Formats: sequence, structure tokens, C-alpha cells
Amino acid sequence: MLLKRLFSAVLFLSFFSGAFAQSKTVNLLSIQQLNKRMSNPDTVYIVNFWATWCGPCVKELPNFDQLQTTYKKQPVKVLLVSMDFKSKLGEVKTFTKTRKLVSDVFLADKTNEQSFIDGIDKSWSGALPGTLVVNNKKHIRKFYEQEFTYNELNKLYQTNK
Amino acid sequence: MKKFLAVLMIAVTGLVAFTADTPGYKVGDIATDFKLKSVDGKMVSLANYTSAKGYIVVFTCNHCPYAKAYESRIIALDKMYASKGYPVIAISPNDPVSEPADSFDNMKKLAAEKKYTFPYTIDETQNITRAYGAKATPHVFVLQKTDKGNVVKYIGAIDDDTENVNPNHTKYVENAVNALIGGKTVETTTTKAIGCSIKWKKGA
Repeated sequence: MLLKRLFSAVLFLSFFSGAFAQSKTVNLLSIQQLNKRMSNPDTVYIVNFWATWCGPCVKELPNFDQLQTTYKKQPVKVLLVSMDFKSKLGEVKTFTKTRKLVSDVFLADKTNEQSFIDGIDKSWSGALPGTLVVNNKKHIRKFYEQEFTYNELNKLYQTNK
Repeated sequence: MKKFLAVLMIAVTGLVAFTADTPGYKVGDIATDFKLKSVDGKMVSLANYTSAKGYIVVFTCNHCPYAKAYESRIIALDKMYASKGYPVIAISPNDPVSEPADSFDNMKKLAAEKKYTFPYTIDETQNITRAYGAKATPHVFVLQKTDKGNVVKYIGAIDDDTENVNPNHTKYVENAVNALIGGKTVETTTTKAIGCSIKWKKGA
């Protein structure tokens, strides 16, 4: 009886995790989790910091998705880290869905704003948008407090891959 | 304490890298006075405040979610410190053409609605914003009136918790002003002003 219950529970859970994997979700991401995610030496990471309320950010997001789609067979990973308030998780999820974002989307988990910003890059004033490029194999970690067109972004990837 | 020192060190190194290629004030500089139009139609200058011991100059605006999140804390700062000689002076740095929500009319409405006890001025030429080196809204400059002029004593954020969810957050501006009132040295003199970028005039 107990076994049967356990079995159905597992079935139930696996069904749900499967369903979640299908539809895009947005998880919280601390600076430690972000660093862990960017640790593969063979992958180039392009991390964009944006917010739903930031006009220039919203405008450039499709360029990041375009880069991810264009090079989906290459070891490049685009991460879109929203700097919206943690209380706005629902809005970030809705935004991700309605804009049909293809790259992985996260919401920054900042227990201390100052140390989060400094942890990304000491030169970052905190203004959005900002973009971080990481290539561990080549010891590259560069931060740009600016907007990117697709061509600029493509150039950024080509010069750092 | 060790952790605090480490954070401070990071903040200081960040500051060096940050100020090296950026114009604007550093702590210890003399801040310029200004003459800016406030929502009540009057022109506001620091020199108008003859009995002030210093000023809490806040670059803030209407539209920005960070400015909105800090609104009540800016009002509280004025209530807490104006009577102690450190009034709040708010300056909207944004070009209303780039950001219509920050028009002078909208500023008037917000100040009336929130019953601002301090002047809410507009930097139409953006010259004061440039001179101070304000980077975001909100961005605070705590000044102390001295014989040499108004000395910049603190630059940065109001506290380290925009969303106001951590009861133990560090209140940078309060700490700085309390130190000045108590005749002590300000411990944390610079932090990053996290918020919305300044909306500059196009072609400026």
C-alpha cells in the first residue's frame, strides 16, 4: 500500500517536472549560483543584466536571443539575468512568456545589492543594461555597461570565443 | 567585522576604478551651489538655507522603479534631519523629452500627492547633474557646510536594500548624517548608486 502510494507520488512528481521542463521557467539566481553556472571551461558565457522596466534593455533582448539561436550548435551560452525586484518574479515570468524569450532567464537573488553588483564587476555602476562575457579557458571576464546591437554582440562573441 | 572590511575594501577599489575615468565629485570635493526651479515655482539654492549645517542632495525622479521604491525613505530623511540642520533637496536630473513621465508638471503632481516637505527641483540644463557626477536615480550627495564651502561627505545609495525587505540593512545616508551631526568621521563614504540611468538630452 505504502509502496503503491510512493510509486504514484513519484509518477506525479516526474510528470510535473517534465511539464516544467517543457514550459520556460524563471528561477532566482544568486551570485554564487551564477558563478557556478559559468564554470565550464569550454563554453563562452554571455550574461546580460536587464529589467522589465528598462527601455533600452527590453529593446536589446532580441539581439541576445538571436545570438543564442544563431550559434545554438556552438559552445556559447546566453544567460538573461533580470535585475527586477525579487517581488516581481511573476512579472518577469509573464514577460519571458509573452516575449517568447529563448535564452535562459533568471531573476537576480540579491541579498545585498552592493555586493551583487561588485561581485559581477567592480567597475559596474549598477546602471542597466550591462553585459558580462566569460571565457574561462582564455581567462576572459569582461564587463560592458552599454547597449549592444546584434552586430556588436556578434563581434563581441567572435573576439572572445 | 572581517567581512565588513572585505566589503569595504571591494567598495573602495570599485570607487578608484569608477572615479578614474568619470567626471563628477569625489568625497572631499567642494560642491557647487545651484539655482534650480522647484515644483512650487520658486528658485532653490543651497545658499537659501542660512541655518543649515549641510544638505542631503538627492538626484531622483518620477518614473524610475528605484526612485519610487525609495520615495517614502527620502521623505523620512527630510523629516528626520531637516530640523537637525540637514534638509533634503531633491533634483530631477532627467530630460523630460527622453522621459515624459519626468516632466515638470508630473513632478508637481507627485510632490503634491506625496506631500513632499522638501523642494523638488528640475535640472533643466543637466549641468548640475553633470557637475556632481550623478549616475543614477536615486543618487545621494551628503554635503557639510564649512568655511571653505559645501564639502562632499558621502556619495551613493540611501541604503543597501532597495526593496526594503532586510530589517538589518545598512542605512548609508543615515549613518553618514548621524556621524556629521555627532562630529564624527563618516565611515562608509562611497557606495554604488543602484537605480535607473540618467536620461540625458539627445545629442548632449
